[in-house]
Amino acid sequence: MSAPLLLPMATDIGNPTVNIVIFALFVVATLLIVIRASRNNRTAADYYAGGRSFTGPQNGIAIAGDYLSAASFLGIAGAIAVNGYDGFLYSIGFLVAWLVALLLVAELLRNTGRFTMADVLSFRLKERPVRMAAAISTLVVSFFYLLAQMAGAGGLVALLLGVSHRAGQNIVIAVVGLLMITYVLVGGMKGTTWVQIVKAVLLVIGAGIMTFWVLAKYTFNLSALLGAAVDKSPAAGEKLLSPGLQYGATGVSKLDFISLALALVLGTAGLPHVLMRFYTVPNSREARRSVSWAIWIIGIFYLFTLVLGYGAAALVGPDRIKAAPGKANSAAPLLAFELGGELLLGVISAVAFATILAVVAGLTITASTSFAHDVYGQVIKKGQISGNNEVRVARITAVVIGIVAIIGGIFANGQNIAFLVALAFAVAASANLPTILYSLFWRRFNTRGALWSIYGGLASAIILIAFSPVVSGKVDKKTHASLSMITDTGIDFHWFPLDNPGIVSIPLAFLLGIIGTLTSKEAVNVDKFAEMEVRSLTGAGAEKAVNH
Amino acid sequence: MSDTRRAGDPELTTYRDVQLSPDFSELRRRFRRFVFPMTGLFLVWYFVYVLLADYAHGFMSHRVGGNITVALLFGLGQFVSTFAITMIYVRWADKEIDPPAERMRTLIEGEDQ
Repeated sequence: MSAPLLLPMATDIGNPTVNIVIFALFVVATLLIVIRASRNNRTAADYYAGGRSFTGPQNGIAIAGDYLSAASFLGIAGAIAVNGYDGFLYSIGFLVAWLVALLLVAELLRNTGRFTMADVLSFRLKERPVRMAAAISTLVVSFFYLLAQMAGAGGLVALLLGVSHRAGQNIVIAVVGLLMITYVLVGGMKGTTWVQIVKAVLLVIGAGIMTFWVLAKYTFNLSALLGAAVDKSPAAGEKLLSPGLQYGATGVSKLDFISLALALVLGTAGLPHVLMRFYTVPNSREARRSVSWAIWIIGIFYLFTLVLGYGAAALVGPDRIKAAPGKANSAAPLLAFELGGELLLGVISAVAFATILAVVAGLTITASTSFAHDVYGQVIKKGQISGNNEVRVARITAVVIGIVAIIGGIFANGQNIAFLVALAFAVAASANLPTILYSLFWRRFNTRGALWSIYGGLASAIILIAFSPVVSGKVDKKTHASLSMITDTGIDFHWFPLDNPGIVSIPLAFLLGIIGTLTSKEAVNVDKFAEMEVRSLTGAGAEKAVNH
Repeated sequence: MSDTRRAGDPELTTYRDVQLSPDFSELRRRFRRFVFPMTGLFLVWYFVYVLLADYAHGFMSHRVGGNITVALLFGLGQFVSTFAITMIYVRWADKEIDPPAERMRTLIEGEDQ
């Protein structure tokens, strides 16, 4: 999910050849799976939703594969190794957020929609404007998330495969993009899902082995591990074990932390690529089981990263981590090398890299589905289009998005990817979640409320980020180096004090939904609301699984 | 709302008819009475934790035993509560929501065909 900086860098540990061979094995194996899975890709429901025939557990593993990005693996472990407890706070927000999806969103969405988030939002409101707004917000969130992953790929490769020059990194970004386009074109949602399942299993097993190994070194005594981490961190010392090291400095940074916590817990249930996964199961019961499985896997994985983070602090030490080419992000790979040498480092590197590939494929299919189904199929063609034609448009869109992602990734290479991911979460929580909840639970909610909330949340989140210290004007007090996206310290146009816009943009979007609704004279479509409410709770009329 | 038609009115759509029925009202009430308080509960618990982590450093860095701090226990408590709510909800919904929902679904889809 979120990570500190992934910078271009080179590694002097490990053996790039081993890493590349292990990674190539993963690519070949997943391509075979994708080709096998694609044999039954006939209808739109096959391409967009994997025929709705995945089981709850399968989809739950795939959701975990979609959600646990390389940034969350390397980023959170690294943040704990360097900032101690404050790194742990990220993973808690990312996990608790799933309860919103479980209790309020997943099942009702599965029962009401067909392929996209916009299906649900436009169900009982004026279809074309609401669908357009939901599609725009889907594309924006997916684009920022995608850009973050692609930019991360450049930095990760530099660290793990020893590609240090810019041109080499750009080639790797292009290769990632082309592989991802292939997965999506050939495999559709079914192939993408299998890639995510394979990746999730590898990631959890890899992290699990390392966790066991670290704990075994301290005779399974967590307190001893924490003590060793403190001993190895003279600068932070005892502070490593309690909150405040990263966010406790000033009143503003404390407020920033609340803002972040709000976006994390409310963002997940508004991420379009997460929502779309609920359509790949046959009914709401399986959607419920998917989220339950996802929560267990994601939760256990975050507990692993807690041990890995403190383990890296204890066994590698913050000084060596900070001096390494990838800074905090290299904590987990350095720990792998410390424990199991070249081979374990190779496996962990390949898993981390595979992770980017799987997440990127999931984002691409979400964005291309939203464009083909919402914008082209429903808004431009007004629904007068065959499923095959729509899928053809989706495939073309996937190629276009892939190319845009490659170009964007090359330009964003070396940028602060935390800002892109935080923006994606903040936009999802501001622009999507209020409208999803209102349209499911508030009978009076209407078109103006939806449009104000979506566009208002989207615009406020993006504007606040643009004028935040993340983009310009943040300077390290000691070194006087720029910590912003714009590295020229002479340029400073920030006026919003916080890095995270959520504390303003999320309540604003909820409020705009209410004001828009109450000021509009649009009458409630009683029959459509009845259909939506009854369908959402009973599953009557919900899309069925495809039988082959 | 000016719609004053009642359940059973032949002019109503099937969905509207079901929506107005006592069985559906009961299902909706049961669902909301579980998920809304539960959502409130975990959000309050989460923000209590966030605020403590943000503003009560002294309390949170208190040692409970060895190197285990109050903050660590609170953090792990968030994992425990998330897992617990997940298990409770899934078990509850399988038992309390699925059977009546399934009955209504069969009723509606039968009528549609």
